[in-house]
Amino acid sequence: MRKGFDVRRQPGFTAIAMGCFILLYLPIILLVAYSFNAGESIAIWEGFSWRWYASAWENEQVKDATIRSLILAASSSAVATTAAVLAALATTRSKPWRGQTVVFAMVNQPLMVPEIVTAVSLLIVFAVVKSFTGYTGLGYLILAHSAFCIPFAYMPVRARLQGMDLSLEQAGSDLYGTPLQVFRHITLPQLWPGILAGAMLAFVISLDDVVITEFVKSAGQDTLPTYMLGQLRRVVTPEINAISTALLAISVIMVTAFFFINKTRK
Amino acid sequence: MSDMALSDPAPSPETRARRERRSRWLLLTPALVILSLAASGPLLVVVIYSFLTPGDYGGVEWQFSLDPWFNVVAERDFFTEELKLADAHLLVFWRSIKLSLMTAILCLIVGFPTAYFIATRPAHRRDMWMLLIMIPFWTNLLIRTFAIMELIRNQGTINTLLMASGVIDEPIQMLYTEFSVLVGMTYVYLPLMILPIYASMERLDFNLVEAGYDLYATRLQVLRRIIFPLVKPGVVAGSILVFVPCLGAYVTPRVLGGGKQLMLGNLIELQFGQLRNWPLGAALALTLLAVVMVALVFYVRAIGREGEHNA
Amino acid sequence: MIEIEGLTKTFGEGPTAFTALDDVSVTIQSNEFFTLLGPSGCGKTTLLRTIAGFLDPTRGKLTLDGEDLLSKPPHHRPVNTVFQSYALFPHMTVSENIAFGLQMLKRPKAEISATVSEMLELVQMTAMADRKTAQISGGQQQRVALARALAPRPKVLLLDEPLSALDFKLRKEMQLELKRLQHETGITFVFVTHDQEEALTMSDRIAVMNAGTIRQIGGPRDIYDHPAERFVADFIGDTNFLKAQMLSTEGAGSKVRLSSGAEIMAKPAQGEPPATNGASVTLAVRPEHADLCDPNGALLAGSLKNVVYFGTDTHYHVGLESGEMFILRRQNQPGHTQNWATGDRVGLDFAPGTAQILKD
Repeated sequence: MRKGFDVRRQPGFTAIAMGCFILLYLPIILLVAYSFNAGESIAIWEGFSWRWYASAWENEQVKDATIRSLILAASSSAVATTAAVLAALATTRSKPWRGQTVVFAMVNQPLMVPEIVTAVSLLIVFAVVKSFTGYTGLGYLILAHSAFCIPFAYMPVRARLQGMDLSLEQAGSDLYGTPLQVFRHITLPQLWPGILAGAMLAFVISLDDVVITEFVKSAGQDTLPTYMLGQLRRVVTPEINAISTALLAISVIMVTAFFFINKTRK
Repeated sequence: MSDMALSDPAPSPETRARRERRSRWLLLTPALVILSLAASGPLLVVVIYSFLTPGDYGGVEWQFSLDPWFNVVAERDFFTEELKLADAHLLVFWRSIKLSLMTAILCLIVGFPTAYFIATRPAHRRDMWMLLIMIPFWTNLLIRTFAIMELIRNQGTINTLLMASGVIDEPIQMLYTEFSVLVGMTYVYLPLMILPIYASMERLDFNLVEAGYDLYATRLQVLRRIIFPLVKPGVVAGSILVFVPCLGAYVTPRVLGGGKQLMLGNLIELQFGQLRNWPLGAALALTLLAVVMVALVFYVRAIGREGEHNA
Repeated sequence: MIEIEGLTKTFGEGPTAFTALDDVSVTIQSNEFFTLLGPSGCGKTTLLRTIAGFLDPTRGKLTLDGEDLLSKPPHHRPVNTVFQSYALFPHMTVSENIAFGLQMLKRPKAEISATVSEMLELVQMTAMADRKTAQISGGQQQRVALARALAPRPKVLLLDEPLSALDFKLRKEMQLELKRLQHETGITFVFVTHDQEEALTMSDRIAVMNAGTIRQIGGPRDIYDHPAERFVADFIGDTNFLKAQMLSTEGAGSKVRLSSGAEIMAKPAQGEPPATNGASVTLAVRPEHADLCDPNGALLAGSLKNVVYFGTDTHYHVGLESGEMFILRRQNQPGHTQNWATGDRVGLDFAPGTAQILKD
């Protein structure tokens, strides 16, 4: 019997797709694998060991950068998510209003303007502010990170709001809920997954940022990514792999969680 | 029903509209303050800086000058005062555009079949395949660049394997070449190509493909005459989504190009770092921004066309 | 009693402006089952949403028992809505949904739980009280939406095509159920539908709407037997339209001459002075009010173009000599023989006083 004709098949496409998945994952898998290498090489396998994790753990610079990265990601994702949720509430589901183009352009600016351009613009402005005020703390980084995290937190919240059945809130006010009560009892419970997803995206984006951090940070304010960028110029040991693996783990967990939160939408 | 809470007089529609306007701007305030302090405001300062004179040790002198913009493409010989094109800059411009285009093409060659593959999986599996695309996308760009670096450096996996198997005696120099930057950028930006193509492809009605075969088209003709035109907006969107960040790439060319294969992003950094010419850096940054904006206009058009298609 | 006066709603401005409600005036009595009937886009939902408070009218007055409603936001109006999509809160259980309105009104806890169980009983959903709304069927969701809207004992219940999402059998059931609930609660129901049959079976009074205006208000029989104008006659039930000439007005009836020359008594147009003698008028004749007969001496004659069998009855399409098409309906009785075949010359007959003269 003749094999059925599959209208969806295109010769070679499956092979290229498989190649693509291998291409995407092979380098990462190797990177993770060699973080457990007993030897000092990142190419020659000498047996399994936790030594590079131990050495990263004991490295004061790494510890310092890790703590700074986490504080920075937590605080800027909190700030960005709060601002983004308020902004999404203000800009979704309303008739066209004066100034909306400018507001949308501002909110989306971090997505459109190349990071290097934002980075040098912040370098210029913060250099002036630093020399005037003498303040060189973490505030600059938190402000900068909050700004570029806003669109990432804004998008899922806005999507959620737009997907929300308008009649639910109308039903709430029809049943004597004041606007505030309707927000608290109807809108907010529906919005939580979007807010959570937005906060997680913002956290990951902040945690991973290199370029803007590199230009904004004051001396001695390395985050994990900028520390790694500095280390890459030297002889690389699997210690970098170990740090990378830890960072990767955080991102993968966050993205997977985000994916499933988004999936259980309805 | 007399006990129903009807007592407090409610405002008129006009008052309600006014209140809505006021609360909208109130809700927007935090986001707009943060963004104007750390995004829009600084960008305006860059524009001002691009018309000033460089300071001796970085920073600027507050003196108007058109030199920074002039210097983007031309330079005056230090001794002879002779005008000539800024070859170094033009080389970087050319490399940026060339590598970005090549990256977009490479991503398309790999990404299109992959998006097609995912879109033709059973509906409940597609999300899982897309998750496999999303995970690398949301993981640290620096780490992914670093992963490529470990693969292709002289003591890296590929060279070690080739030498151990006796194919080569000397490691092949792949790192710090245009090739390595190209491979790295393709690797890190590939998901940006797959996402929009997949989005178009998922909406593709396979009845149309069946109609194509019914009307005697071959597989290649179906691909060229039916599938490709229908997902073209996704292809355009994906190509621009890859092209734009490549143009402004900083980390990947720095790590994989090793200071030899400068791209625009690195040239801008140089002006703010070693070369201490902030106004020129500002002008270069704005030039980059302008090119990106032009590309984004095409992107918005492509997305808009897709909207019409499905309307 | 809801009094609506000169209510107008315009969407947009300039050349793209769209008038959804055009100077609508109507009074809805207390305890009435009042239906707004019309094709989609006729303004019936706009009117309903204006009463609920989700839309502000461009002009006009709206009062409930003498109290102005337009100055009040939805949550200050003693009016509840059953939404077309039901709009059940997905993050709450069935009883939490029903309790919501009472909680917002800050009623005592004991009263709330008593009312909720009363309502659950009323709509026969007691067994489902703790289910999430996504876990119950469409018909059950419909009942919960109804219970939720009735729980705060509103003065008026607004129903926005609530049965449209149900299948045929369930819809029939719910029609009777709604009628029963309205009777038991004594609440004024304002019901929106595009389904004429639904309107005829359930309503005390019907307002037929078209293009933002109310075309006719009356009881179901009234509307069906005495349509005032072509739109109403056409929208409700099937109707044949015949050209005729006014001869004279005699007491409650008018004598008209049909295209065949035959003369017959007809019902004069609703609420209009009778047309002048000799004027041309349009008659509406329901398909079930006419019968086939021998062409000789019949009111009208023509040839049978088509016979369509429908089970309970058969439709006969007659091409009249005047060129008009007339469809008549005969019930199929046991032993009823088919005497006519396509192509036959047939006669048409209907009793004096069955044809309705329409307002032009």
